Amino acid sequence: MFKIVVCVKAVPDPKEACNIKIDPVTKTLMRCDVPMVLNPLDKYALEAALQFKEQFDAHISVLSMGPPEAGNIVKECLALGADQGFLLSDRAFAGADAFATAYTLAKGIEKIGPFDVVFCGMASSDGSTEWVGPEIATFLKIPVVTRITEIVEYNGQWWTVKAELENGYRLVRVQIPAVFTVTRALNTPRRLSFSGIIKARKKEITQWGIQQLGVSEASVGLKGSPSIVSTIATMDSRRKVEILEGKREEKAEQLVQRLANAGVL
Amino acid sequence: MIDFTLTEEQEMFRKAAQEFAETQVAPKVPEMEETGKVSLELVKAMAEAEMMALTIPEEYGGLGLGYTARLIALEEISKVSVAAGMMLQVFALGIEPILKYGTDAQKKKFLPGLATGERLASTAVTEATGGSDPTGIRSTYKKDGEDYILNGRKCFITNAHIADTITVLAKDDENPKAFSTFIMEKGMDGFKATHEENKVGMRGCNTGELAYENCRVPKENLVGVEGKGLGVALAAIGDVGRGGMVGCALGLQAACLDVSVKFANERILYGKPISRLQTIQNKLADMKIDLEAGRLLGYRAASMQDKGERSSNEFAVAKYFSTEAAQRAAKMASDIHGGYGCMEEYAVSRYMRDSFVLGPSAGTSDIMKVIIARWTLS
Ligand SMILES: Cc1cc2nc3c(=O)[nH]c(=O)nc-3n(C[C@H](O)[C@H](O)[C@@H](O)COP(=O)(O)OP(=O)(O)OC[C@H]3O[C@@H](n4cnc5c(N)ncnc54)[C@H](O)[C@@H]3O)c2cc1C
Ligand SMILES: Cc1cc2nc3c(=O)[nH]c(=O)nc-3n(C[C@H](O)[C@H](O)[C@H](O)COP(=O)(O)OP(=O)(O)OC[C@H]3O[C@@H](n4cnc5c(N)ncnc54)[C@H](O)[C@@H]3O)c2cc1C
Repeated sequence: MFKIVVCVKAVPDPKEACNIKIDPVTKTLMRCDVPMVLNPLDKYALEAALQFKEQFDAHISVLSMGPPEAGNIVKECLALGADQGFLLSDRAFAGADAFATAYTLAKGIEKIGPFDVVFCGMASSDGSTEWVGPEIATFLKIPVVTRITEIVEYNGQWWTVKAELENGYRLVRVQIPAVFTVTRALNTPRRLSFSGIIKARKKEITQWGIQQLGVSEASVGLKGSPSIVSTIATMDSRRKVEILEGKREEKAEQLVQRLANAGVL
Repeated sequence: MIDFTLTEEQEMFRKAAQEFAETQVAPKVPEMEETGKVSLELVKAMAEAEMMALTIPEEYGGLGLGYTARLIALEEISKVSVAAGMMLQVFALGIEPILKYGTDAQKKKFLPGLATGERLASTAVTEATGGSDPTGIRSTYKKDGEDYILNGRKCFITNAHIADTITVLAKDDENPKAFSTFIMEKGMDGFKATHEENKVGMRGCNTGELAYENCRVPKENLVGVEGKGLGVALAAIGDVGRGGMVGCALGLQAACLDVSVKFANERILYGKPISRLQTIQNKLADMKIDLEAGRLLGYRAASMQDKGERSSNEFAVAKYFSTEAAQRAAKMASDIHGGYGCMEEYAVSRYMRDSFVLGPSAGTSDIMKVIIARWTLS
């Protein structure tokens, strides 16, 4: 059967972004009790897999690396319709950069077994490097197409996908197995359903640590991370208020002018 | 050990209900407020989201999730629209007598359609001559061969104009002490929904009158034992009806608190947000205390109900507390908003109107006290 792996990340709830702080010393996120949710773009990645499954039948595995609480988002994916869950959780995985994350996930994918397609979100809402997808592909030695907006054709081993570019798009024909990172334009994710939640009762989540994955402590987590965040600066975005004077028509004219000058119109 | 936490799965139900409320219910609210009419699109969306199937067992096409899950769904939906919560709460109230007292044939006939939302349910007890005192009703039934002939009128019935399957309480034509409950179906000769109420709150939830004139109801539609119908109707109202009102009230309490916190943090007076004023904080704290207490009472009763225990007294306490608390919350929320709280553009004005409609349904606060006192003295 066609096998799909979807990588999903637990991120601090973007709705409570105002409560997230960055530790000035360790340069890591201080979660401050902000609940963890499924990375928004990963819902689109899962939806792509679910839509494929509806058309052609497939087995969907969901894979996440994170603390034990990330099990909740894996469970949520099972309730949304994925078949099986895998959680890579080990103290040794903590503090991973994109490289170490991708390495660990690639090891997880290999351990899950043969696969045809890996879907990732284009980016996470917290780290947002957009590197994890491409780096997984590199570790697995398979092609990757990032930022896909449409799957134009599934044709056996050859898929045609449309991918976003800054001022246009690319149409790419790619041989699977491959990694795709997806954008919001790809689909409309389904909502959780009560019966989906009930069905998820029977679905399993397998948890693996470094031993089960057969990786060394030095190759994962902070120790396995070649990139170091040396400085983090916050951008101060202040609102500027200007009161326009004059008659209504004049004010409208001025407003249009200002918006045009600001590059908004 | 007492565990006051919801399970991971129940949290997921909450999330599902929240997503439903935010994406499917919220967009319908302005139209419901404006017209006071039911949004049939919303009813359809509720059916698609399996909201009517919650309490119906799987063998009859439902989800068999029980009453805690139902309370969660009602709370989340009512947080966005009490009217939508009320409509849904009475679907389950209409389903309950069939679930609890129906024959296997009745269950097979009615429940699958009610689970999918193909049929909609209600329960009709109240009449002009009997609300708090259901024995005061004047609707009658009379045996005629294998059938019953029903005559009478009901008032203040939720979903009156949209329901297809309505459990109706009537009195024996010859014995004023004997009551029976019947399933009446839309389209029965002589049975119709008449006047539609125009309520101050819960706009978009249909409330109206039913009339039946020489309406022939087959004996297959008698629910429970003939003559014991008061018990059938009151049992459903006792836990499912009151429990449903608790869900509506908790949702409203939570909504009042949410908008109050937001407004208090945004409204700047004396150079700082009014949330820094102790008087405002006091109100927020009062609302929070009420919400926490209401939830504990409501979810305790629902978990008893799920275990199959008698829960109508506990629900009476929860119903009294949470509907009264919802009125207090709406008043405080609107006070916190100052003049803005009187304007229709602000949701609090709707909360204020909705809060007053919560009281009477499934028994007034006075009646809850009568029940609670009887429980206390027993
Ligand atoms: C402020 C800040 C700055 C950072 N800077 C850097 C940096 O410069 N270099 C660096 O290497 N790291 C950096 N990191 C760490 C890095 O962001 C993450 O910790 C690392 O795990 C990479 O993930 P990402 O969130 O960037 O993923 P992205 O590449 O943005 O995520 C794309 C997709 O990959 C998949 N994915 C990502 N993480 C997981 C996971 N844990 N489990 C399953 N699927 C996953 C998902 O499908 C996701 O949608 C930084 C972190 C923070 C908070
Ligand atoms: C929005 C809404 C939806 C409704 N939906 C339904 C429905 O679907 N099905 C249905 O059957 N009914 C429904 N009702 C009716 C509701 O159940 C009745 O309104 C309620 O039981 C009160 O009855 P009443 O209105 O006749 O008031 P009355 O019974 O006339 O009460 C008048 C006053 O007397 C007080 N009172 C009465 N008896 C006592 C007592 N023993 N001790 C102290 N005080 C007492 C009451 O508290 C009240 O203050 C609905 C009502 C509303 C407002």
